[in-house]
Amino acid sequence: MSGRIVHIASNTFREAVRDRVLYNLIAFALLLSGAAILVGEISIDIEKLVVINLGLTAVSLFGIVIAIFIGIGLVSKEIERRTLYTVLSRPVRRWEFIVGKFFGLAGTLLVNTFFMAIGVFAALLYVAHRFHMPDAWILVALYFIVLQFLIICALALLFSSFSSPLLSAVFAFSLFVIGSFAEDLRGFAGMAHGLSRWLATGAAYLVPNFSALNVISSVAHERPVAGPLILYNTAYALTYAAVALCGAVLIFEHRDLK
Amino acid sequence: MTASQRTTIVASLLLVGCMLASVVLLRRVDQMRTMATLDEVLYITSPKTLKRLSLGYEGLMADIYWTRAVQYFGRKHHQHSKHYDLLATLLEISTQLDPQLLVAYQFGATFLAPQPPNGAGMPEKAIQLIEYGIRNNPNDWHLYYELGFIYYTDKKDYAGALEAFERGSRVPDAHPFMKLLAAQMAQHAGELQTARMLWLTTYQTTQDKQIRANAIAHLRALQVDEDVTNLQRAVTQYGEKTGHLPPSFSAMVAAGVVSRIPVDPDGHAYKLMPDGRIEVRMPDDFPFIEKGLPPGYTPPQPKLPPSD
Amino acid sequence: MLAIEILGLEKTYSVGFWRKRPKHALRPLRLAVEEGEIFGFLGPNGAGKTTTLKLLMGLVFPTSGSARILGKEWTDPAVKAQIGFLPEQPYFYDYLTARELLEYYGQLSGMSEKERGPKVEAMLGRVGLHDVGGVQLRKFSKGMLQRVGIAQAILHDPKVVFLDEPMSGLDPMGRREVRDLIEQLKREGKTVFFSTHILSDAEALCDRVAIIHLGELRGVGAVAELTSSIHGKVEIVWQGTHVPESLKNLGECHVTGDTVRAVIAEENQEVAVEALRREKLRLVSLVPVRASLEDYFVQKLKQVDKMQGVIA
Ligand SMILES: Nc1ncnc2c1ncn2[C@@H]1O[C@H](COP(=O)(O)OP(=O)(O)O)[C@@H](O)[C@H]1O
Ligand SMILES: [Mg+2]
Repeated sequence: MSGRIVHIASNTFREAVRDRVLYNLIAFALLLSGAAILVGEISIDIEKLVVINLGLTAVSLFGIVIAIFIGIGLVSKEIERRTLYTVLSRPVRRWEFIVGKFFGLAGTLLVNTFFMAIGVFAALLYVAHRFHMPDAWILVALYFIVLQFLIICALALLFSSFSSPLLSAVFAFSLFVIGSFAEDLRGFAGMAHGLSRWLATGAAYLVPNFSALNVISSVAHERPVAGPLILYNTAYALTYAAVALCGAVLIFEHRDLK
Repeated sequence: MTASQRTTIVASLLLVGCMLASVVLLRRVDQMRTMATLDEVLYITSPKTLKRLSLGYEGLMADIYWTRAVQYFGRKHHQHSKHYDLLATLLEISTQLDPQLLVAYQFGATFLAPQPPNGAGMPEKAIQLIEYGIRNNPNDWHLYYELGFIYYTDKKDYAGALEAFERGSRVPDAHPFMKLLAAQMAQHAGELQTARMLWLTTYQTTQDKQIRANAIAHLRALQVDEDVTNLQRAVTQYGEKTGHLPPSFSAMVAAGVVSRIPVDPDGHAYKLMPDGRIEVRMPDDFPFIEKGLPPGYTPPQPKLPPSD
Repeated sequence: MLAIEILGLEKTYSVGFWRKRPKHALRPLRLAVEEGEIFGFLGPNGAGKTTTLKLLMGLVFPTSGSARILGKEWTDPAVKAQIGFLPEQPYFYDYLTARELLEYYGQLSGMSEKERGPKVEAMLGRVGLHDVGGVQLRKFSKGMLQRVGIAQAILHDPKVVFLDEPMSGLDPMGRREVRDLIEQLKREGKTVFFSTHILSDAEALCDRVAIIHLGELRGVGAVAELTSSIHGKVEIVWQGTHVPESLKNLGECHVTGDTVRAVIAEENQEVAVEALRREKLRLVSLVPVRASLEDYFVQKLKQVDKMQGVIA
């Protein structure tokens, strides 16, 4: 892999840090500690449940919002401000730029998620006073959340490579919402007939499947996640992200920079 | 070939390859999740909470839960399951989110009330569901019909059925059938004709594929039950006439106790056993028959098409 | 070897939201630049200079045609390591300091870490930004950004440097510095291809220039060659305040104090002197005026406009 991808990725990360993206962690910490203290007051039995549910949901939503809002500008902003001119007039291939941007954003989210995960476990420790084995499944849920981020990053990048930031945000966010109901969408498709069944099934397989990547409530109830599911989900998220990235590369490779 | 062309080709190939792979993987994930759904718990069971969570889009949420209910039943049924623990909850959620979702009540009446494996075996829950529907849609005669139906078929409570049909017949624009059904309940509770009328009405008043298939299966079974009853009576008549059991259906036709050799709804002739009993040729094809079964017959697991 | 060879590059944009119309930003252009030359690419605003440079940098794709840079196909990634580019009104990652930006661009150009450090410092010094190397670019003025832009264009020691309007937005001192810098680059044996609409800069610097207008090439050659190709003028001064009738339509006449000054075409010189003699006016001086690039430029543009007037 070329070093240029690494340089572009780390510059993307540096941009996010300097733009104070990681400040969201403060909001996250406030939310979580507030919830932990509040829930502790109300009920003993469900405090752990609430902390896990709320914590992981917040990790997911904060990350999605960050992924979309940075992702949509990654390419279009550089075209708009013409910062790309001096990058692409160097021995940097356009696909390297896209891939580098992807890894930069993914890295940003990974670091962000890492700190949030520490927050979740700290809150858990606060309400439950100690960890026990099933809490390890929370790590799997967090891992799935990161897989979701990879898909969203790639999609935001794809939209960013051909459309305006606002439209990209709308596209990416709708895909996230639809993708969260992907299993139901395939359910609907299964109940349709004829042509609409074909179309609906096609659409159902085209949108990203976030439902299988969401095991938050399951781990909150201390249920294990099947090993093969971890494997297949990983493979799925990676191939899906690759599809979106390839799309972004194909579009970007042939477009004029205005 | 220029570098750009190379990039284009590689990216295109990778795109197609990964897209196919992602579909295959998604199917695997789906399979795994389906199996998991069978013993999955519903984490949010309170319709009130869900209503709040749906941020005003209750209709959409109701449809989603309705789809889940249908899928849940279809899958479990396909797996020959005897437990449908979530069906009632899923239907409750769907109907509380959208109290006008008639098809959900119908589905509940048809599949919540009957004993497993044909249903969840929860007639009380089914009655609760329908009563809730009636409170919210007091002018829809279908719901009274469903209610009477549950009382009649699953609870064998003919007084309850009578009351339900009567209430329904008083609704404006009620199907004229409702009055007739009420009358039937009063006179011939428990008769074949009544049952046939009920299933026929069910068939005619719904668009739902699964409910229709179920009604047809019941109608076919009723036909068989009626045929077997008639034939058995003819065998007895033949015995009274000749002093011995009939050797064949042709002998019975010759003796004038039946007019022709009878066939079942699939066109197969019935079997006349040496001991004078009548049996259907393919008992597996008639899941709901009560007569004409070989002694000690155990029904195979029911086969409904999987719903996806 | 030719440093740059433009082989019929053409760019047509389609503009308009509903009904797309073609916009010919650049008609098929043929141009060759020798190695070691300072080449000026001249034209008024909207002539197609930036379009040409963006085509050469692979930032936009041509409607037709191709180019060769340093003997290689211009899309060849290997070419990119040997060229530098300063865009028009450059803008850079403003969250970086000047030093970080150059460091990053050095990485992208494939410079080794050892090579990079000293080179970045030297470059900051060369463009006079050494003291502000640690300041974020968002605090830089337009002129400072232009210097950063030049620094990044020559950071990796490219063989050919493309500069789009390198002097615009600079104060007279800054322009002087950029001129010196370009001359330095030439001395280092680099080829410089720069676009400008400021003719005096080109006149002072360029070995050769090309003039482009409305996307079409109007002339190429050494400055002296071009200016001598147009007919010269003479300045004629006489005493008095009176302007003879026959002189009035030959050129503009300015009366200052008790002398009159007129600039007229060389071929009308005889007529003018004859007229002065007839009116008994005293001739003070008659000096040939050297044609400037501007004259050539104005003449070329006028030619076209006249031609277009005929066509229209
Ligand atoms: N992206 C674009 N879409 C449409 N027209 C363009 C675009 N870029 C440039 N043009 C047009 O092409 C012509 C040449 O522009 P340009 O190359 O920027 O001129 P210059 O740099 O010489 O001032 C102008 O008329 C400009 O309006
Ligand atoms: Mg320009």
